[in-house]
Amino acid sequence: MPARKTRSTARFAPSSDQSLLIYLGEKITIHANEQIRKLLRMLEAEPIAGVRNLHPAYCSILIGFDPLKWTCEKLEKELRKYLTRLSKVKLPEPREVAIPVCYGGEFGPDLDEVAALHKTTPERVITLHSSTPYVVYFLGFTPGFAYLGELPQELVTARLPTPRKKVPPGSVGIAGNQTGVYPFETPGGWRLLGRTPVSMFRTDREGLSLLSIGDRVRFVPISRERFTELSRA
Amino acid sequence: MTAIEVLSPGLLTTVQDLGREGFGPMGVSPSGAADPVSLRIGNRLVANAESAAALEMTLLGGAFVFSEGAITALTGSDFGATLGGGAVSPWTSFEVKPGQTLKLGPTRSGARCYLCVQGGISVPRFLGSASTHLLSGLGGHEGRALRKGDVLKIGDVRETGQKGIGKSAGAARNARVLSRTGTLVYPVRACSPKALSKLAPRKVLRVTPGPQTDWFPKAAQKAFYENAYRVTEEANRMGLRLEGPAIPGGAHGEMISEGVSLGAVQIAASGLPIILFVEQQTTGGYAKIANVISADLHSVGQLRPRDEIRFELVSFDTARNLLIEQEKSLTSKNLILER
Repeated sequence: MPARKTRSTARFAPSSDQSLLIYLGEKITIHANEQIRKLLRMLEAEPIAGVRNLHPAYCSILIGFDPLKWTCEKLEKELRKYLTRLSKVKLPEPREVAIPVCYGGEFGPDLDEVAALHKTTPERVITLHSSTPYVVYFLGFTPGFAYLGELPQELVTARLPTPRKKVPPGSVGIAGNQTGVYPFETPGGWRLLGRTPVSMFRTDREGLSLLSIGDRVRFVPISRERFTELSRA
Repeated sequence: MTAIEVLSPGLLTTVQDLGREGFGPMGVSPSGAADPVSLRIGNRLVANAESAAALEMTLLGGAFVFSEGAITALTGSDFGATLGGGAVSPWTSFEVKPGQTLKLGPTRSGARCYLCVQGGISVPRFLGSASTHLLSGLGGHEGRALRKGDVLKIGDVRETGQKGIGKSAGAARNARVLSRTGTLVYPVRACSPKALSKLAPRKVLRVTPGPQTDWFPKAAQKAFYENAYRVTEEANRMGLRLEGPAIPGGAHGEMISEGVSLGAVQIAASGLPIILFVEQQTTGGYAKIANVISADLHSVGQLRPRDEIRFELVSFDTARNLLIEQEKSLTSKNLILER
C-alpha cells in the first residue's frame, strides 16, 4: 500500500486572528470535497473546545475559533492530529433529494438566452439540467444555499455580466459549472432557468435547510399547475 | 408584562445580541451587534448579562414609549437622545417612567447606537440567538427591521443574569429593590470616561495579512497600506464597500470559493476593497488581502458612509495582545462606576 497522501496534501493558511483555513486539495474535485466532508464529520463528532464555527467549501474548511483560547499555529497542530485519522472516516450513504422545478417563463427568465448561447433549444436545456445527478459540495452565501455540481459540459455558462438586484426565492440558477436554488430574495448573478415551489430553508421544521453537504440532488420538471398545487401545500 | 412600543423606528433598527455561532455548514452567518463592545457595556450598565438582546439603531434613531417604564442605557454613538424633552447622557443608566417617550435623532458621531433595557428585549430565539439576520429575514423581531407600531416585550428582570460590577457589587445587590412595577431598581451606573476612551472606535483599522495576500504584487500591498479609503453609501451589516485608489493586481480570474472570515478585506474585480461584516455571505470567491483584527471589529460597526479610513498591518501576536488588552478594559472594575 502506498502511503496515504492526506497529510502531505493539507495546506493551512491563517485567515484572520480568529480563523484558520485548511485546504485538502487545490482543485474542485469530488475527492477533495469528500476529504472536506470527512474532516467536517470528525470535527462535528469530536468538537475542539474553543472552535466556534466551521465553513466547509469545495476543498477547504474555514475554522473559526476563540482568539483568547487558540492561535492559528496551535490549532494547526491540533488539526494535524485529526488528519492522521482522516482516511479511516466513513461517509454516510448520501441522501437523495428530488427538487421539483417549473422551468422557463417568468420563473426562468434566462432559459431562452442560455439555450441561444449554447445553440440549442430551451427543451434541450431543461432535459440536460434535469437529467444530471448533482452533489451538494457545500452550503454558503446565504442560509440554505447549496452549491451543486457539476453541470453537463454543454450547459456551462458564465454568470450574468450584471447581477440582478433581487432574485425571487426558489429561483433555480446556473453559473460556471454550478447550479443552485436561491432560498431567499437576494441579489444574484446566476442565470435563472426555473423556480421550485419547495422551501429551501424553513424555521418551522427540524433540519432547517432542505439540503446538507454531501446530498445527491435531482431536479424534476413540473408544470405550472403542479407548481401552484405544491406552493399551496 | 412590560413592553416597548415603537413610535418611529428610525432609519434601520433591529434586535441584536452577540449573534449565533456554529451554523456555518448551513450557510448561516453569525449576525449579532455590529458594535459588540457597546452592546456589552450597555448591558452591564442596566445589570443584564452581557449577551442580552438590545435595539441596534443606525444613523438615525427612533422614538419609543415604555408602557410600564424601564431602566435603560444608550451606548455606542451619540444620537442626541431626549427623554420627555430633556437631554439624556449616553453611557449612563437612566429610568424611563411609564408613558415617557425616549426619542433619538440623527447621529452626532458614528453609525450605531444601542438601546439596552433592563431585562433585555424578549423575542423568540432562532438557532440560539435573538439577533436579526436581515438578508434571510430570520431571527429578531419577525426577521426584519422594526416598524412604527411594533410592540416588543421586555424580558423578566429577575431572570437576567445580574453580575457584580466590582468592588461595589455587594452594595449594589443590597441596594436592589423591587419597585411597584416589579422592576428591579439599581443605583445609576455610568462609564468612566477614561476607561471608555481606551475602547473608542478607530478610523485606522489594524489588520493581519489575509489568506491571499501573496497573490498581490508587493507594490499593490504597499499601496493598500498607504492609501486612504472612503466608506461608500453601500455600507451595511453585510459589508462595507470602500472607494479610493484601486489596488493593481486585484483581478485574479476565478478563485475557488472558500469560507470568508468576519472582517475580511476582499479586493473585488474593480480593485476596490470590501470589508465583510456581521451578516456577510459565509463563502466567497474574491482574494482577501487583509483581515481586520478582532479588537477593531467594533470600530467597523461605527463607520459611516464618507468616513475616511486607513489600514495598518500588525502581526498576529500584536492582534492577540490588543484583544487581550481590550477584554481587560471591557471587564475592568474601573469601567463602570455607581453613584
